[in-house]
Amino acid sequence: MAKEIVEFAEGTDRLVLVGIHRRGPELSGRLARMIEAEEGVSIPRGTLDITLYRDDVGTIGPRPVVGATHLPENIDGKCVVIVDDVLHTGRTIRAALDEVADFGRPARIGLAALIDRGGRELPIQADIVGKAVRSGAGDRVDVFLQEVDGRDAVELVRGEGGGGR
Amino acid sequence: MTERFLGKDLLCLEPLTADQIRFILDTAEPFKEVSERTIKKVPTLRGKTIVNLFFEASTRTRISFEFAEKRLSADTVNVAASGSSVEKGETLVDTARNLEAMRIDMVVMRHPSSGAAQFLADRIRSNVVNAGDGTHEHPTQGLLDLLTLRDKFGRIEGLKVCICGDILHSRVARSNIWGLLKLGAQVAVCGPVSLLPLGIEDLGVTVFRRIEDAIQWADALNVLRIQLERMHAGFLPSLREYNRVFGVTVERLEKAPRDLVILHPGPMNRGVEIDSRVADGPHSVILGQVTNGVAVRMAVLYLLAGGRPEMAEAAKGRSGEASE
Repeated sequence: MAKEIVEFAEGTDRLVLVGIHRRGPELSGRLARMIEAEEGVSIPRGTLDITLYRDDVGTIGPRPVVGATHLPENIDGKCVVIVDDVLHTGRTIRAALDEVADFGRPARIGLAALIDRGGRELPIQADIVGKAVRSGAGDRVDVFLQEVDGRDAVELVRGEGGGGR
Repeated sequence: MTERFLGKDLLCLEPLTADQIRFILDTAEPFKEVSERTIKKVPTLRGKTIVNLFFEASTRTRISFEFAEKRLSADTVNVAASGSSVEKGETLVDTARNLEAMRIDMVVMRHPSSGAAQFLADRIRSNVVNAGDGTHEHPTQGLLDLLTLRDKFGRIEGLKVCICGDILHSRVARSNIWGLLKLGAQVAVCGPVSLLPLGIEDLGVTVFRRIEDAIQWADALNVLRIQLERMHAGFLPSLREYNRVFGVTVERLEKAPRDLVILHPGPMNRGVEIDSRVADGPHSVILGQVTNGVAVRMAVLYLLAGGRPEMAEAAKGRSGEASE
């Protein structure tokens, strides 16, 4: 994925990696470290919390947790690659695009997703995908990361008929 | 999803739990960042209509609420008592029902009568946020004072906070006392006997009769405004005497065993309850309070707007996206 990101951005000059809460920041951190090790440059990073950009404020849970958004000073003219763990309906990415647009006007925005589980509700596709899996609407795809959960794993939990992996 | 975390309204801090108060403060943190952006706006409350109903003069609170609403992309309308149908004798409930007939979502109200916010909240379906009711409570001010103290000290628990001045008429004092006690602070009040409510000790606060004693004891002073408009009944011999006996001055603060953090809800009467050198001094967090006010109000509006049962009902069947 790291190589594909560099290809996508046509080098590292303009590349900015932005992770979406939660687990996006950790993933983008790992990708950035890989690219930095390979290319010997420093990659600007940011984090994005899209809670305030959701299209369903009326249905938020009773204890919504709003995380921190932090983007590098200036993203105008940059190539911003949004990093998320699971791409599903596309609504999170729709919100993320809106939020990035409020911070500036990148030359290009790309999307890297560790898992693409299908089930899109919006015309949004990832540019870089770690792994595509088939899943139904009732299934759950859980991504576990060392930094957050203490282990690295991706689990597909089937909605009906108990959980396979 | 059925039980809303804050309920329909925010009327006072007295019935809230420590957990609820902490959660509002935690939610306010990310909202601080929104006001630092070049584009100071998020689309969270797009399409919501909020009416700011102010039956009493206010600059800071009204503007702070308005900024909070606008930075969340809500549509806002301001109604002041003067120049409205209130002057023609319309009752509060009729005013509110008419507003509601125009399909509003929230009312932010300031009113000179204690309990007015509760009265309104019981009678309309919109969310009600109390922006100060008489001498009862001013919950968002209490919350922003808590947030400012937490920013400064990193905690509320165990802090010694003294509220100074006109406790009798102060809704800010009441909201502060409830909020601070619930979060585990030690609270004291200090002021002339004529401006201390009878039985205030029963709330669990210490009473200081001399400002010098309060300064010896406290980590932070919340200096209240002497409300000149409520001083018609001879509570004080003169403002000059008040400043001489109770004024927070550099000379008095220099005798403190530690640097005191100074809060003031504004508007300040410089030279009465607080000296200019203190208000503008290095330990004053007065402007920080104002900045935090917008973030706290954004958090409150956001939390009240969320999780309406009827809207959750309408959105059923769209599950799955929440886990993405």
